[in-house]
Amino acid sequence: MPLVKGNVIVTDEFTHLADDAELPADGAILVSAERFLAGPEAVLARQGKIGVIWPNNRDVEDLLPYLNRLAAVALVFPVFRDGRAYTQARLLRERYKFRGELRATGQVLRDQFVFMLRAGFDAFEVKKQSDAEAFATVAKRYSVFYQPTGDGRVTAFHRRLMHLSESVAS
Amino acid sequence: MYAYDELDRTIVNERVSEFRDQVARRLSGELTEDEFKSLRLMNGVYLQLHAYMLRIAIPYGTLSSAQLRRLAHVGRRYDRGYGHFTTRQNIQFHWIKLEQLPDALADLAEVGIHAMQTSGNCIRNITADQWAGVAPEEVDDPRIWAEILRQYATLHPEFSFLPRKFKFAITASRHDRAAIKVHDIGLRIHRNAEGEVGFEVLVGGGLGRTPFLAKTINSFVSHRDILSYCEAILRVYNQYGRRDNIYKARIKILVHELGIEKFKQEVEEEWAQMRDGALTLEESEIADIRSRFTYPKYETLSDTPDELTKAVAADRHFEAWYKNSVAPHKVPGYAIVTLSLKPEGGTPGDATADQMDAIADLAEKYSFGEIRVGHEQNLALPHVAKRDLPALWRALDKVGVATPNVNLVSDIICCPGLDYCSLSNARSIPIAQELTRRFANPDTANLIGRLHINISGCINACGHHHVGHIGILGVEKNGEEFYQITIGGRADEHAELGTLVGPAVPHEQVADVIEDIVEAYLALRQRPDELFVDVVKRLGVEPFKERVYATR
Ligand code: HEM
Ligand code: SF4
Repeated sequence: MPLVKGNVIVTDEFTHLADDAELPADGAILVSAERFLAGPEAVLARQGKIGVIWPNNRDVEDLLPYLNRLAAVALVFPVFRDGRAYTQARLLRERYKFRGELRATGQVLRDQFVFMLRAGFDAFEVKKQSDAEAFATVAKRYSVFYQPTGDGRVTAFHRRLMHLSESVAS
Repeated sequence: MYAYDELDRTIVNERVSEFRDQVARRLSGELTEDEFKSLRLMNGVYLQLHAYMLRIAIPYGTLSSAQLRRLAHVGRRYDRGYGHFTTRQNIQFHWIKLEQLPDALADLAEVGIHAMQTSGNCIRNITADQWAGVAPEEVDDPRIWAEILRQYATLHPEFSFLPRKFKFAITASRHDRAAIKVHDIGLRIHRNAEGEVGFEVLVGGGLGRTPFLAKTINSFVSHRDILSYCEAILRVYNQYGRRDNIYKARIKILVHELGIEKFKQEVEEEWAQMRDGALTLEESEIADIRSRFTYPKYETLSDTPDELTKAVAADRHFEAWYKNSVAPHKVPGYAIVTLSLKPEGGTPGDATADQMDAIADLAEKYSFGEIRVGHEQNLALPHVAKRDLPALWRALDKVGVATPNVNLVSDIICCPGLDYCSLSNARSIPIAQELTRRFANPDTANLIGRLHINISGCINACGHHHVGHIGILGVEKNGEEFYQITIGGRADEHAELGTLVGPAVPHEQVADVIEDIVEAYLALRQRPDELFVDVVKRLGVEPFKERVYATR
C-alpha cells in the first residue's frame, strides 16, 4: 500500500510487526495497541523508532504517558464512513501536542485527504495507487476553510477581518 | 438576505469542481457505485426509484428572487419542470441525470446555492424559523446564528463522517416554527437575567423509527460559546455514538442510553477543556456576519390602509385568504404572506418552474426580492406592504398559490412516498390528494380550524407524521398498503409525539377514518376555538378510537 508523506509517495520506514513476531533489536516498527500496552517499557527500551497502531474505539488518553517517546501513531479508518479517528487526531495534535508522525490507515481514499490534513494527519497509507498519485493535486483542492483547527490555516473569518482592517487602513 | 463574499463563493465553486471530478470517475468506472455512494450523498445526490435525485440546501429557508429563478431554471433544464420543497428547507429534484449534476450545481453556485451536506452522515442544512428577521417578538434574527453554524459545519474536518446524520434547528421566538424539539440539536435564542443573548440548547430529538423529543442540556449558553458548546456535543457523539447498528446510531439513542444527566456531564467535561479556544466567537466576527445580512428599507406606512380594509369588506374570498395566509410583521404597515403549495388535489410541496419564476417576480415587486421556505412545505413572502395585499392576492391566485388553507386541514405535510422513494412502504401523495379533495370546502375547513395532517410513506418519518396533529404512516402488510394513524402530536413549543388510535387501515379507508376523527373532534370540542390537539390532550385518544372503530 503506497505511503504518502509531504505530498509525495515515499518508502515506508516502518515495518508492521505482527503481534506474535519477535521484537527486532532495531529498525522502525509499528505495533498494535494491544501488544504495546502489554509491555510498553520493553517496547520503548529498544533501539529504533516505535509507532503504535491505535484503534478508533479506544481513548487516546491511554497513550498519554508514552506520547513523547513515540515516533508515530497510526489511526484507523476501518471503513470510509467511520470518522472516529478524526476526533482522535485532533485530540492528539491539538490537545496533547503530539508532534510525531500521525498516520491514517485503513480505508483511506483521496476524497478524505483534505479532511485528514486539516485534522492533523501528515502520513497516509492510501488504498489505491491512483489516489496516492493524485495526493498533491487533491490536497490543494480547497483554498478557503471555515473552521479553525490545529493545522494553522487562516480561516475565512480571519481573512475577512484582515481584509476589513486593510480596507479601513487604506 | 445574506450576501456571499468571494470566500464563500470560492468554497462552493471548489466543491462543484471536486464533485465534477467524482462524477467523472464514477462515469468512467474508476469509482464503483459503492465507493461513489458516500461521495454523492454528501452532495445531496440519492439514487431513487426512477433516477438520481438532487437535494439542494436552502439554509434557514431564505431565498432571493434570483436564487428562486435559478431553481426554476434547474427544474426546467435538468428535470421535468418542477421541484419539491421538503420539510427541511431543502428542495429536491427527482428526475435528474447523473452526467448533468455537476452542471446543475455549477449553475446554482453562480447564485450562491449549493447541495453540500444535504445528505450523508454530517451536519445537515441548518434550518431556522422561516419568519426569521420579521417575526414581531423575536429576540434576535436566528439566521445570523444559523449562518455562523452553516459556515462552521461546512466541510468540517472532524464531523463529516459522524455515526449518522445530524440536524440543527434554531428559533428566536416564543412560538417555535422551527420544530427544534425534533432535531439532534435544537437552539432557542433568548436573553438571560442580565440581558445577554444566549441559547437554550436541546439535544437528542428526532423522528424516524424511534422518535424522541429533545431534552434541554443547558438552559443558557452564552452566544460567544455556542460553537464550542456544539463542538463538545458533536465530539462526544462522534466518539461514543453507536456505529454497530444504523438504527441506533443517532444522537437521540446515545442521549437516551446514557441519560441526559450523564450525557451532559460528558459534554461539559469536554467543553471545559476547549471552551475558551479558537471557537470562541468574537464580537467582530458576529458583527461581520450580521453586517452581511441586509434588511429592506421599509417605508413608514399605515398599519390599516384603506386598500386593505375595503378589499376585506368587499371580497369574501380575499377575506378568507387574508385571515389565514397573512401574519403580523415586526414593522407596522407590513405583513408576512404565506403561499400555499397545497392546492386541492395537488402534491404538497411541489412547485413548477413557471410558478417559481412567477413567485420570484412577485417577490421582487412586493417583497423586496425575498422569499422564505418553511418546514410545512409552503413558501412565504416576508415583507409585503399591507396596502399591496389585495393586488398581491390576485397575482398569487393566478399562479395557483393562494389556496386559503394555510394551517387548515388541507395544508398537509407529505413525503414523496412510493411514487418516488425507494425506501417507501406505501403511497403518501395520493392520500394527501384525496384528503385535500375531501376537505376542499373552505367553510368546513374554517369551521375545523387549525389542524395539521402529516403523512409519511414509511417509518423514516420524512413527513413528520409523529408530530402531526393527525399523523398517517404507511406500513406494508402482506404486500398491501396500510396506514397507522396517530393523533395528538405537535411540533411547536409544546411538542408532543402522537398516540396510535388503533389498528392500521387499508389505503381506501384512510380518508374516511380521517373524516370520522375530524367529526368526532367537532362533536367533542367545548368551544369553536378549542383546537383539535387540545381536545386530544384533554380527552385522550379513547373517544376518537371509539368513533373510528365502532363502525369498522
Ligand atoms: C425521496 C427521497 C428520500 C429519501 C431516500 C429519504 C430518506 C430518509 C431516511 C432514510 C430517513 C431516516 C433517517 C433516520 O433514521 O432518522 C429520513 C428521515 C427524514 N427525512 Fe427523508 N428521505 C427522502 C425524502 C425526504 C423528503 C421529501 C423530505 C421532506 C418532505 C424528507 C425529510 C426528512 C425528515 C424531516 C426526516 C426525519 C428525520 C428525523 O427527524 O429523525 N426526506 N429520510
Ligand atoms: S418517509 Fe419513507 S417513504 Fe417517505 S420519503 Fe422518507 S424514506 Fe421515503
